[in-house]
Amino acid sequence: MNDQTNSTPPPLEVHDLTVAYHKRPVLYGIDLTVPKGSLVGIIGPNGAGKSTFIKAIMGLLPISAGWVKVFGKPFRDACHRVGYVPQRESVDWDFPVSVMDVVLMGRYGRLRLAQRPTKQDREVARECLEKVKMLPFANRQIGNLSGGQQQRVFLARALAQESDMYLMDEPFVGVDAATEAAIITLLRELKSRGKTLLVVHHDLSNAREYFDMLILLNMRLVAFGPTSEVFTPEVLQTTYGGRLTILSDVVQTLRTQ
Amino acid sequence: MKFPGIVIVTIVAGIALLAPEIAVAARINELSDSTFLDRTVRFFTFRDPSLRNALMGSMLLGICCGLMGAFLVVRKLSLLGDALSHAVLPGVALGFLWNMSKDPVAIFVGATLVGLLGAATVQLLRATTRHKEDAALGFVLASFFGVGICMFTMIQNLPGGNKSGLDKFMFGQAAALGRSDVILLAIVTALALCAVMVFYKEYAITSFDAGFARSLGMPVQIFHYSLMLLLAFAIVSSLQAVGVVLVSAMLVIPAAAAFLLTDRLGKMLILSAVFGMVSGGTGAFFSFVGRNLPTGPFMVLAAAAVFAVSLFFGPRHGIFSRWWRLRSRSARISRENTLKAIYHVLEDEEFETDQVSGRELAERRRETLEEAENELNTLRRHHYVTLSSDGGSASLTPEGWQRACEIVRNHRLWELYLTNAAHIAADHVHEDAEKIEHILGEETVRMLEKRLNYARRDPHGRLIPGLEDIQFAAGRHTVPSRATGFGSATN
Repeated sequence: MNDQTNSTPPPLEVHDLTVAYHKRPVLYGIDLTVPKGSLVGIIGPNGAGKSTFIKAIMGLLPISAGWVKVFGKPFRDACHRVGYVPQRESVDWDFPVSVMDVVLMGRYGRLRLAQRPTKQDREVARECLEKVKMLPFANRQIGNLSGGQQQRVFLARALAQESDMYLMDEPFVGVDAATEAAIITLLRELKSRGKTLLVVHHDLSNAREYFDMLILLNMRLVAFGPTSEVFTPEVLQTTYGGRLTILSDVVQTLRTQ
Repeated sequence: MKFPGIVIVTIVAGIALLAPEIAVAARINELSDSTFLDRTVRFFTFRDPSLRNALMGSMLLGICCGLMGAFLVVRKLSLLGDALSHAVLPGVALGFLWNMSKDPVAIFVGATLVGLLGAATVQLLRATTRHKEDAALGFVLASFFGVGICMFTMIQNLPGGNKSGLDKFMFGQAAALGRSDVILLAIVTALALCAVMVFYKEYAITSFDAGFARSLGMPVQIFHYSLMLLLAFAIVSSLQAVGVVLVSAMLVIPAAAAFLLTDRLGKMLILSAVFGMVSGGTGAFFSFVGRNLPTGPFMVLAAAAVFAVSLFFGPRHGIFSRWWRLRSRSARISRENTLKAIYHVLEDEEFETDQVSGRELAERRRETLEEAENELNTLRRHHYVTLSSDGGSASLTPEGWQRACEIVRNHRLWELYLTNAAHIAADHVHEDAEKIEHILGEETVRMLEKRLNYARRDPHGRLIPGLEDIQFAAGRHTVPSRATGFGSATN
């Protein structure tokens, strides 16, 4: 399964990644290599830097130290191979766009500057909407949808990107059970087609069932590996067992100086 | 609910600002053809070149402010427009001081530079202090404006130079627009139109979801700053006609009105530009017929009127339209309840007769005879019943039968669904079904029937009218008079 032995570069390679918000480090020295075709859950307590991690991979946040390589290249040169599902709360759902408009945005990365979406792009967008069962809502304004439906729209947009790796920020938050089941089916289908998926997840109760690999984060990388190996009481205790007191103290001192 | 606030403030400010100007205009009274009608005719025949300039300029500024304003509103940056427009005042003064004349290009350059300085100050305050955007904007707006006022006072006291018209920058005077001002406005408007049309996709996605746009590798910052630069251009070139104080209203109000009317960005941009253009033209007209009153307040009042109309009469989000929809829905529900009561009366008589008297209906619904007769009259107007010659009793028309059957079926199906599928006690389901019966669509009904294996009796043992009964009823004019009940008519 694991093709690191081949000459093809891994979908994601992170080396000594450190990220700071307002000079306050939130992620320290992350090292990991994600193999192709894996469905990876990113778990950790609130404020552990889960969202920060995937944003830093895409260069949405400035990196203080270390580097990230996506398919062997800096993100900027491989961004067309990465699909992104941001947190649902990150946008204004009263924005005057239709469901179809939003899904079409997934095609924008493939279009030239000032180029309009083509008929073919619309066809792809329609197929992606169909896949998440949102086609009947294509002409609705996005505010007139339930939380689960909004999340499906975001997923359809990511599908429309037709990428090789997907980064998803809390796709299961605030969705109904039917949508959650639909999402996980979709993720498994993508995985079976050789896509690599990194999913920020908050619910420990189903993390073991959903993902075949886990990244456990708490400001630093606590563990990374197959779920069966790292989803153990000891590792979870280290991940969730309080904040790293000394690290936080030093950070605090750094800030006040 | 922050838009109505803006409108009220604008209207009050407009009235307050107008009062002294009206007095001045009345005293000067410089033109001979002074009746309102004469001046209206002069306006619409476009005889004066200065008037043509004023009207062209006002409409152009409406278009470009409308376009830029639409982006401000959807990006929730309305306050930035306000701050930026006040912050450019020192730039206007500097532009004038450049060669002591009202040179449009010098003023344009000076105002743009100072405007950008103001925007940079906001950024700097946000980045280096604990202040959020609102405090930074408030600081920049007031302090730059203060500096501008001081400089203007200073210029008025300077000897020499052609200072006439400089005071018009405060509240705007479209009549003071020269040919070069209009050309400048035309260039800026063309630039804004081109940018928005060519890069519509980019401006839309960076406004909606900047993070996602960056993940696609788009230069989000470039689009943001180009939009801000166009905004600064729009503000600066509009100053002469609408004035420093009110230009932000021309950015926000047409866009806010457009936002109420549509939920597509493209349509909103077009509507906003059109509203801006109409408001600009209207402002210029009233300013002209009112003997060169300040233009700004009139433009803003016109825009506020457009906003008020869309607030009340917007087809989807308008207050009046919503009230009207609510009213028609409750009227429909009341009609359907009457139909249901008639069905119940007939059902109790085991469909022996097809006549329902006002008294029977009144007893059934526990109301006065008068109320019942009113309800029957309402049904007659909707062609659901025909009344007997003395008006005392009613019989259902085929449409009435169909609707009554549908409502009773919806009610009983829903009760059955709640007791069977949701396991709610049979005596708890009536209230819920009373509401649901009016909103169940045919598709849902089909699903319910399937789910309930086409059951014929509700939890209370009464017959549920089926699809056949309803179609059957629609096709006939007399009621089945069998004691077995209407529901079994096709058995």
